Amino acid sequence: MKYGNLIFSNLFRKKTRLLLTVGSFAVALFLFGLLAVVRGSFNQGLEIAGVDRLVVVNRGSIIQPLPLSYKERLLRIPGVKLVTHDNWFGGVYQDERNFIPQFVIDPENQRQMFPEFTVPDDQWQAFLKDRTGAIAGAQTAKRFGWKIGDRIPIRGTISPGAWEFNLVGIYHGTRPEDDETQFWFQWPYFEERVPERIKGLVGWYYVRIDSPDHSAAIAKTIDQEFANSPYETRTQTEKEFAAGWVKQMGNVQFLILTIGSVVFFTLLLVTGNTMAIAVRERTAELAVLKAVGFSDRFVLFLVLGESLIMAIIGGALGLFLAKLFTLGGDPTHGMLPYFYLPMPAMVAGLAVALVVGAISGLIPAIGAMRLRVVDALRRV
Amino acid sequence: MVRVDGRSDGNSLIQIRGLDKTYRRGGEEIHVLQGLNLDVDQGEFVAFMGPSGSGKTTLLNLLGGLDVPSHGSIKVAGDQITSMSGNKLTQWRARHVGFIFQMYNLIPVLTAFQNVELPLLLTNLSKPERRKHVETALTVVGLSDRMDHYPRQLSGGQEQRVAIARAIVADPTFLLCDEPTGDLDRKSADEILGILTQLSREHSKTILMVTHDPLAAERAKAVLHLNKGVLVEGVATAAGSFA
Repeated sequence: MKYGNLIFSNLFRKKTRLLLTVGSFAVALFLFGLLAVVRGSFNQGLEIAGVDRLVVVNRGSIIQPLPLSYKERLLRIPGVKLVTHDNWFGGVYQDERNFIPQFVIDPENQRQMFPEFTVPDDQWQAFLKDRTGAIAGAQTAKRFGWKIGDRIPIRGTISPGAWEFNLVGIYHGTRPEDDETQFWFQWPYFEERVPERIKGLVGWYYVRIDSPDHSAAIAKTIDQEFANSPYETRTQTEKEFAAGWVKQMGNVQFLILTIGSVVFFTLLLVTGNTMAIAVRERTAELAVLKAVGFSDRFVLFLVLGESLIMAIIGGALGLFLAKLFTLGGDPTHGMLPYFYLPMPAMVAGLAVALVVGAISGLIPAIGAMRLRVVDALRRV
Repeated sequence: MVRVDGRSDGNSLIQIRGLDKTYRRGGEEIHVLQGLNLDVDQGEFVAFMGPSGSGKTTLLNLLGGLDVPSHGSIKVAGDQITSMSGNKLTQWRARHVGFIFQMYNLIPVLTAFQNVELPLLLTNLSKPERRKHVETALTVVGLSDRMDHYPRQLSGGQEQRVAIARAIVADPTFLLCDEPTGDLDRKSADEILGILTQLSREHSKTILMVTHDPLAAERAKAVLHLNKGVLVEGVATAAGSFA
């Protein structure tokens, strides 16, 4: 590169300043990465929700149950292909800080309903044969060091008592953003142990439909089917259901946007100031470049280029560190199950860094471009 | 030949006619140059002397296309530079002018080699060709053994020699020197003047130099005195001719 010496020599002129500026970008982009992960974690349910799955919950609230008998009635509704049910099991493993999302699943249709979660056939068969069998997500198994064959004691809270499970399988997500923190065990075992008053009641239903285009009509039909019954339903697409959860967490999006904006605005001021100083202290050199024949536009791009290079290096470093951090898994142990920094967020981060780099370098660069050689040399 | 009467045959390398430069400062007009005429032939070495504020540096800036006159024209090697646009003037400067400043103005983060190479980056020369030119220029100024030194590792005289190498490396039409020895001790100043004399005599370089130093002016072929923006006196030295 013809001008490489000129650009990089200027860049490394003040190493401490370069380090601090690149460091500012790195810290800001690391934070951006983490905010993107948190935002993604809240919204990921929306992103990965099955387009042909509906969720049927009690019209009153999600914590109110629905009868198991609805399963057959749901299957009779035109357009419904598959039905399965889940219950939330709020148990505690060893310590209350060890949060694991535990679900009582319907083993019959689980794999067909959620093909994104894969369990090896032999493990699934072992699960079906063992009434107290359980399957854990890969992340949860890793977190607690569980191996197949381990005995997992869970203290029930909603359904009190000591529960023991044989870990017979470990499931994996087929996409990096799939939640691998869940813990599944079988409906028959749950049903057998819960008090009489809640027997035959499930938490919610998942319904697979023939086409996403029919989701609104089928949801309406389902809710009409159970209208005016003791257990009225509210049926939504899985995406709407996930959105409802996100909404309950408050305006996370706004919070993240606000924090991100403040961080980047501060970065803009810091970098802008740095570039302004960098240009001011080499006014004479820029004037000499112009005197020997470098154009105003070249000088503009020289200054802008320095700013952009710092932004790219710092930004890439910050995002790389954020990615490394996320590879360690969810540090909250279950509160952010989709702890994953996706490539589009990294690209967006780099784009934001470049925009900040460009804006912060632009004013000093325009100043350098407009610099009159005669005035600049007179100042020296 | 150097003429200041505005009557030449039109073959001069540099031809200045009726050059005025006026600045406005606080509502007041300051006439820095007034109706200046000058003809300089190829290979001349001209020294401009005069008190501070007499317009010497302004004249040099106008000749180098760094500033624009209020009136008048400057023609260099057939190019009417006073009618050129900013971009055109920049390109013209890269081809025709070599600048040597009092404070050397080297780029501190570049080596002597890289500083000298700068004007060649604007040409289509290949890297080996650029290297050859830079080595030649540094050899001319006697610094072929200091190519990889940074300005901070050089003495003032050596820095100025690097600046001369930078000025001549692209083989410009003429050199403009603004107090080239003004920041140097006598010995270093003599070395620099020796190099300029050599460039003028052996390489027929046209040199226009602003100086306060009579000893420096003596090296030129002609000395012109400026006072309040007017060329008041011209003297041919032992080496030159003046009309």
